[in-house]
Amino acid sequence: MAMLERVETTLDELKHLVSEQAFEGDTLLLNMGPQHPSTHGVLRLLLELDGEIIVNCIPDIGFLHTGIEKNMEAKTYAKAEVMTDRLDYLNTMGNNLAYCLAVEKLAELDVPERAQVVRVIFAELQRIASHLVWLGTQALDLAAMSVFLYCFREREYILDIMEMCSGQRMMTTYIRPGGLWRDVPVEFEDAVRKFIAYMPGRIQQYEDLLTKNPIFIDRVRGIGKMTREQALAWGATGSTARASGIDYDIRKVQPYSGYEQYDFDVPTHTDGDVYARYLCRIEEMRQSVKIIDQAINRLPMGPFCSNNRKFVPPPRSELSRSMEAVIHHFKLWTEGYDVPKGSVYSVVESPRGELGVMLESDGGPKPYRIKWRTPSFSHIQLLSWIAKGHYVADLVAIIGSVDIVLGDTDR
Amino acid sequence: MGIEQKLGNMGVVTHRLEDLVNWSRTRAMWPMLFGLACCAIEMMAAQGAHFDMSRFGMELMRASPRQSDLMIVAGRVSRKMAPVLRRLYDQMPDPKWVVAMGDCASCGGVFNNYAIVQGVDEIVPVDVFVAGCPPRPEALIHGIVTLHEKVQGEKMKDWA
Amino acid sequence: MENDALKQAVQDMEAHFGGQANEFRGQVQVLVAPDKIVAAAQTLRDGHNFEIMADITAVDYGPDASPRFHVVYQFNSISEHIRLTLRVPLDGNEPTMDTMTGVFLNANWLERELWDMFGIRFEGHPDLRRILMPYDWEGHPLRKDYPLGYEEVQFTFNYDEIDQRKPRPKE
Repeated sequence: MAMLERVETTLDELKHLVSEQAFEGDTLLLNMGPQHPSTHGVLRLLLELDGEIIVNCIPDIGFLHTGIEKNMEAKTYAKAEVMTDRLDYLNTMGNNLAYCLAVEKLAELDVPERAQVVRVIFAELQRIASHLVWLGTQALDLAAMSVFLYCFREREYILDIMEMCSGQRMMTTYIRPGGLWRDVPVEFEDAVRKFIAYMPGRIQQYEDLLTKNPIFIDRVRGIGKMTREQALAWGATGSTARASGIDYDIRKVQPYSGYEQYDFDVPTHTDGDVYARYLCRIEEMRQSVKIIDQAINRLPMGPFCSNNRKFVPPPRSELSRSMEAVIHHFKLWTEGYDVPKGSVYSVVESPRGELGVMLESDGGPKPYRIKWRTPSFSHIQLLSWIAKGHYVADLVAIIGSVDIVLGDTDR
Repeated sequence: MGIEQKLGNMGVVTHRLEDLVNWSRTRAMWPMLFGLACCAIEMMAAQGAHFDMSRFGMELMRASPRQSDLMIVAGRVSRKMAPVLRRLYDQMPDPKWVVAMGDCASCGGVFNNYAIVQGVDEIVPVDVFVAGCPPRPEALIHGIVTLHEKVQGEKMKDWA
Repeated sequence: MENDALKQAVQDMEAHFGGQANEFRGQVQVLVAPDKIVAAAQTLRDGHNFEIMADITAVDYGPDASPRFHVVYQFNSISEHIRLTLRVPLDGNEPTMDTMTGVFLNANWLERELWDMFGIRFEGHPDLRRILMPYDWEGHPLRKDYPLGYEEVQFTFNYDEIDQRKPRPKE
């Protein structure tokens, strides 16, 4: 079959990226292939090694390219949202939120207060869940397997909360334009309170295992240094940039969904190495717990989605009473809603960095062009720069610290 | 008392060879790490402590195809990844089985477009399809138990 | 546009680079000609503290529209907390323009993606080859005249006829 024939790029195509020593046989070209336990997904790295030291590192992506942007152009706005979960699959609620903020900005939809607070709670829960997977896999790569098991134990609790509200553990599509899909159930508040009661103790457990551990520190301190100027030139955002001294968090600078009402710190470090990124993310988990605490205390009563029936379907109980509700329901589920013409760029702070959605509409029911500005795409580029001069074993620690998700990169 | 009576003095057990070989194959089937996308996270959760997969003998996931029996294709396979998948399948020694985990591996899932292979059974022969997007860890374990039942029922003439 | 720094940057764009600004939903987009965009980006980076270029993307308006593509650049200033969008109209089916890699390093892969998905060539790019699609793929998927690749779904009523057409492994 034609699709199974060509596997490799040829050396001709890569000549300009490797040094001259490779052609004389002084350095070794090693393929850290798409299937590898430490590449955190299907990332292919072509390493040019001088002994064990990396001279050049050429990333090759596209093994998870799903054509989501083109596929979303063929679906109505409501159906396209289903695909947004599957982009950065560790930040599903965050992707939904980014999409909904873009649609709401274009369509000028209002979102009630209760929905905003629940959105913040879920965004922060998702941030903690994503950082737990990051911590588990980074520790697993550095051979600390018990941290992996502990992190996934905590993650089960968060996934239980998500399942309680939306029926699905990961790909929830719970945050819809105009608010939420349905109201949070009665058990939600107790579950969240129980979670924030014990989570700080668990974060302390992870810190006890790793932060002052001399083996861990030997493996990560001074590795993968990135200066502030390099981070800016390469467009690094999120914790990867904050560890190099760039104090920029979209939740503070361009707050969305009511973030200006919450009091939290944004951890930054100046070292810019793997250890600094680790410390930043651990502290971010603590701050997320703080935000959830404030949010659950202020959860107001009220509607959970907008009343604008041109965009938000009416509740089913209304369908038996009102003809208008039936007409709205019919139009929304068959044709979809028309979003006014124009183009917006809306950003949220995903656990990886700046997640941006450029949404352009031509006045119809389908998104004309949607582009996802994903943080992992920029971060893999800078991987090839910060990995130079390190050992292959350090490369594993660096990839883990940059926190890439290949679904995010390849879309 | 019971087993000594059955064994007799020579310590001999008679059983069909098929059952014995199939039993040993199911009890220690080593999966290959082939997590591609979101289903990989659920596979890792199934490996974790809550939904333990090591009680089925699948505790270690070998990254090398030469040392594994079972390939759990967890996630969407893009057209660029398809030759890699086939090459890894060819590198696995017999006996080998394939579990297509999730909707994208079974039939293309949500993505019916130019970039995704519509079902991994266009590339490798699949034994068990597990539905779900992503399937719960319990669904994956159900799929694995179904595979075990299938392997237990294999006849000698079907062996590779 | 309440922010002074943003106003200054937009005025600079309009005055020196022939830009036309318009504001939509609180965000400013400036239309700039393709031959002036690299100089404009340099001015934004050096003169107006726009340290990060967040994104380069393109919109295809169909083979009959003129200009066919709009290349959209998103700039972000960390010190002033402002964002600016520059749009560049490009015409024709094989458009070319200058690369931004000299000004912002992360334009490297973003422009490769535009080449891969839209067929927009960048002069002076160090490494222009396909990034997301397989190495020998033909066509540029995100163009409007490229088909989605939708395959007929195999239900029970058409199971057999699709089964005959579906490629199966040779084992």
